[in-house]
Amino acid sequence: MSAKGGGMNKPQRIALLVGLAAYAILPLFLKSYGIYLMTLLCVYLMAVFGLNLIVGYAGQMSIGQAAFYGIGAYHAAILLKLGWPFFAVLPIAAVACFAIGLALGFPALRVQHHYLAFATLGFNVLVYLVMRNEEALTGGTFGIPNIPRPSLLGYSLDGALPFFYFAYASVIVLALVLWWILRSPWGRAFAALRDNPIRAESTGVNITAYTLLAFAIGAACAGVGGVYLATLVNFIEPGQFHLSVSLMMLLAVIVGGSGRFFGPVVGAVIVILLPEWLRFLQDWYLAIFGFAVIVMMVFLPGGLLSIADRFKTSGGAK
Amino acid sequence: MKHALRNTVAVLALAASTYGLAQQGPIQIIGLVELSGTGATAGTNFDNGVKLAVKEINASGGILGRKIEYQSWDTQTAPQTAKALAQKAVDQGAYVVMGPVFSGSIIVSMAETRRAEIPNFTGGEAANITEQGNPYIFRTSFTQATAMPKVARYLKDQVKARSVAVMWVNNDFGKGGRDAITKALNAEGIKVAADISTDPGQVDFSGPVLKAKQSNADALFVYTNEEESARALRELKKQGYDKPIVGETTLTGQKVIELAGDAANGAVAHVGLTVDAPQPQIKAFDEKFQKAYNYKSDHNGMKGYSGMYVVKAVTEKVGKVDPKAFAKAMHGATILVKDQPGVLLDVHFDDKGDLDRESFLVKVVNGKQVVTTTLPPLNPIK
Amino acid sequence: MGDFLQLVISGTATGAIYALAALGFTLLWQASNTINFAQGEFVMLPAFVMLFFINTAGLPLWVAFLLTCVVAMLLLGYTFKRAIVDPLIRHGVIPLVIATLGLSIGVKQLVKAGVTAQAMPFPNPFPDGLLALGDFKVSYADVGTLILAGLIVIGLQMFLNRTVTGRAMQAVAQNTDAAKVLGINVRRMVLYTFLINAVLAAVAALLVTPTYLAKFDMGESIGLKAFYAAIIGGFNQTRGALLGGVLVGVLENLTGAYVSSAYKEGVALLLFLIVIIVRPEGLLGKVEERKV
Repeated sequence: MSAKGGGMNKPQRIALLVGLAAYAILPLFLKSYGIYLMTLLCVYLMAVFGLNLIVGYAGQMSIGQAAFYGIGAYHAAILLKLGWPFFAVLPIAAVACFAIGLALGFPALRVQHHYLAFATLGFNVLVYLVMRNEEALTGGTFGIPNIPRPSLLGYSLDGALPFFYFAYASVIVLALVLWWILRSPWGRAFAALRDNPIRAESTGVNITAYTLLAFAIGAACAGVGGVYLATLVNFIEPGQFHLSVSLMMLLAVIVGGSGRFFGPVVGAVIVILLPEWLRFLQDWYLAIFGFAVIVMMVFLPGGLLSIADRFKTSGGAK
Repeated sequence: MKHALRNTVAVLALAASTYGLAQQGPIQIIGLVELSGTGATAGTNFDNGVKLAVKEINASGGILGRKIEYQSWDTQTAPQTAKALAQKAVDQGAYVVMGPVFSGSIIVSMAETRRAEIPNFTGGEAANITEQGNPYIFRTSFTQATAMPKVARYLKDQVKARSVAVMWVNNDFGKGGRDAITKALNAEGIKVAADISTDPGQVDFSGPVLKAKQSNADALFVYTNEEESARALRELKKQGYDKPIVGETTLTGQKVIELAGDAANGAVAHVGLTVDAPQPQIKAFDEKFQKAYNYKSDHNGMKGYSGMYVVKAVTEKVGKVDPKAFAKAMHGATILVKDQPGVLLDVHFDDKGDLDRESFLVKVVNGKQVVTTTLPPLNPIK
Repeated sequence: MGDFLQLVISGTATGAIYALAALGFTLLWQASNTINFAQGEFVMLPAFVMLFFINTAGLPLWVAFLLTCVVAMLLLGYTFKRAIVDPLIRHGVIPLVIATLGLSIGVKQLVKAGVTAQAMPFPNPFPDGLLALGDFKVSYADVGTLILAGLIVIGLQMFLNRTVTGRAMQAVAQNTDAAKVLGINVRRMVLYTFLINAVLAAVAALLVTPTYLAKFDMGESIGLKAFYAAIIGGFNQTRGALLGGVLVGVLENLTGAYVSSAYKEGVALLLFLIVIIVRPEGLLGKVEERKV
C-alpha cells in the first residue's frame, strides 16, 4: 500500500527518522532568524496537516483554514495576557475551533458539495472583518502585542531554541495523533468517502457526519497552530489570517500532495522556507509559484509527492 | 606560568585584532522597508532616499573612512514580517537599522532592535512610537504631537474655521493623528464636527465624503496614507466638495498628486519635508534624486536621505562605530546644515528620539506643491 | 433624501461594474463548469495593458481600450481556454479551481515584479463633475458607467436571445450533450463564452480603475465581489449576476454611509452567506441537480 494511510517500509522509516533528527539538529547552527523560520514551519504545519485531513482525506474544499488559525491565535493572545496558563488555553482553543467548525459545516454540508468551499470563504472574510473592527476585543488593526511565552515545568520558553524544540515536539505529537486517527476504523471511513461518496452512502456510512467530523478536527488543528503562532511571534494582527493565507494553505496542501500524509510537509516548505532561500528572486518567486501550480495541475495533479509513485513498482491505486 | 602569560597575551591580541577588525571593513546598515502592500509608496521612496545618501557618502570616503554596505528587505507592510526581519538584521550585526516607515510596523519591530541595542530610525509619525521609553528609536519626521498644533493654529488663524470634520485611517498612524488633531483643535476652541474613520487600502470613499459634506463643517482635515489620500481627493472632487481641504504631509505628497491628478489642486497641508521648499540644499537634493531615479521624490525620500546623513554626522561626532555610543549621542544632538548639508534642515533631537525642525505650509497649485509659509521650529536651533 | 438617492445611484453604478465581472464569471461556469478564481486578475490585467498603450505607446484612451479588448480576447479568452481549461476540465472542477488560484497568484505577482508594486493613476473615460438633475447631483462618471454597462448588458442579452449563435451558446450551457446531438459546434460556442468574458472584464477595468487606481492587487476585492454577486444572484442564471452585482453595490454604499463604514464589506458577505445557506441556487437561480 502506498505511503498514504498504511504502513511504511523500512527504508522509508529510516529516511523519516534521519529527516526528523536533521531538522532537530539544524537550529543549533542557526541564528535567531533562522530558528524563527524553522519554528514557523512547525507551527504552519499544524494548520496545514489539519487542512490536508479536510481536503485530501475527506475530499472537501476549504478556503477558510486561516480563520481557524486566527481564532486559535486570538484565543491564545487574549487568555494568555489575562494570565491563563498555556496548557489550559491550548485545549480551549482547540475545542472552540472544533465547535465552530461543526457549527459552520453543518448547514453548509446539508446543501451541496462545493458549497462548503463557499461557506468557508465567506467565513474567513467575516472572521477577518470582526478581528479588524472589534477593537475592544481584538485590538482591531493594531492587533495584540506582547503575548507571553509559556514556561514548561518551570523552564522558560522565551528563548528561540527552547521554543523551537517545544513547537517541534508539539507538531510531531499532532502528526502522530492524526496518523492514529487515519489508521483507525474512522480513518478508513474517510478514505471510503473520498473515493466514492455515493457508494459509501449505499453501504450505510453517514457521509455528512464523517465529513463534518473531519472538518471540525481539521479546524481544531488550525486552532492549535494559531495558539503556537501567537506565542511564537508574541504579536498577532488580522492581516496574518486574511483570506489569502487560506488560499496559500490550500495550495500548500495541493502542491505537496493532497491526501498524502507528508504532503503538507512538502507544501509548507515551499510556502515558508523556499521564499526565504530564494529571496533574491523576490516577487518573481511567487509569480513562478503561481504558474508552477498551473503546470502542476496539468501534469502532476497529485502533487509533488505523487512523483514518488512513478518510481514504485507496486503502483497501488490512487 | 609562562604558558599562562603567553596565552593571555595571545588571547588579548586576538581580541584586539577582532575589535580592530570590527572597526574596519564596511559598516552594515540594513533597511526594513515597505516595498509592497499598502505602504509600497512610502517604503520605496524612503529606501531610494537612503540609497542615494549611501551612494554619495561612499563616494566621498564613507563614514570615518569606512564604506557603508546597505541592503534593504521588503516588510510587505506586514508588522509580523517587519519584526522577523528586524531579528534577521540583528543576527547580521547591523550597526543601524533604517525603517520601517509605517507606524504600525515600527511599533512592533522596534522591540527587536531595542533588545539588541541597535539604533533604529523610522519614518513613522504616530505619537506613541516615542512614548514607549525606547532609547534606540529615532525619527526622521515630526511626531504628531508636534505637528498637529501647527495645523490647528493654521485652521484657526488662516482658514478661520470654527468646526472641522476629521477623516482618518484606522491604523496606528491615522489613529495617533486623529487623537492629536482632536486635542489640538479642542485647545484652539474648534469643534470637531465629524469623526470619519476609513480603512487602510480603502477604495470607495463615497460614504466618508458624504459624511464630510453632511457635517457642514467649515473645513475637512484628511489624515490617511498616500494611496487612500489620492482616492479621497478624487471622490471629494467627484462629489463637488467645496470647503477647504487641509491635511498633513501624506495628503499632498508627490505620489498623491500623481495619483489624484487635478483633484489634488487646492489642497493645503502642513508638511515637515517637501522637495519644493526654497532652501538650496533641498533643491539640490530634488535634482539629484530626479537624476538618479527619474521621478520626483516625496517626503519619504527626504526622510531616508536626511536620516542617513544624521547617521553619518553623529557617528563622526562620536568618533567610532559603536551602536550604544551612537544612541547615547543622538539624544540632545544638534546637526546644522552648514556642517552637514545632507540633513536638509537644521535639526535637533530630544531625549525621546523626537526631532525639532522648521516646517512648511504647502498648497497644491497646478499639480505642484507650492510653499506658502515656512514655520519655525518649536525651540530655536543653534 | 437627495443623499440617499445619490448613494443608490452611485451604488448602482459600482454594482454595474461588479455585475459585468460577475456576468462573465457566470457565463464561464454555465458553459464549461469553470470556477474562475482569477476573475479579479482578468480585470486587473487589461487595466495595465491599457496603461501601457496610453503611457508607453501614447495612444488615446478609447484606442487603447479597443486594442486591449483584442489582447484580452487572445490572452484571457483563447489562451486561457486552450492552455488551462481544456487540459484540466476532464479531471473535474477542483483541479481547475486550483489552477485558476495559481493563475491568480502568478498574474498578480508578475505585474508586481514586472511593472510596479505601487498604484498608478488611470485616466477617467468620462468628464469630471456633476450633473444636476433637479434636486440632486449625480456625477458624470456614475451616469456614464450606468449607460455603458447597461448597453453592454442589453447588447449581450439580445445577442444571446436573438441570434443563432447566441442561442446555440445558451443551448450548450443548458445541456451540452443535447446541443452536440443537435449539431452545434460545442467547442466553438464555449470559446465564444471565454472571449465574451475577456471583453466584459476589459470593460469592467475601464470603468473601475479610475477610482480604484491601477495596482497589482486591485483584482482581489473585485474578484471577491464579483464572486459574491454571481452567487447571490444565481450561479446559473445570467440575470442573476446583474441583480447580484447591483444589490452588492447599493447595499455596500448604504451600509457604509448609514450603518458603519467598517463593516461595509460585511454586508455583501452577509448576504452571500445567507444565500448559500438558505437559498443556495441564488436569488434568481434554478436548483441544480446533483449529478451521480
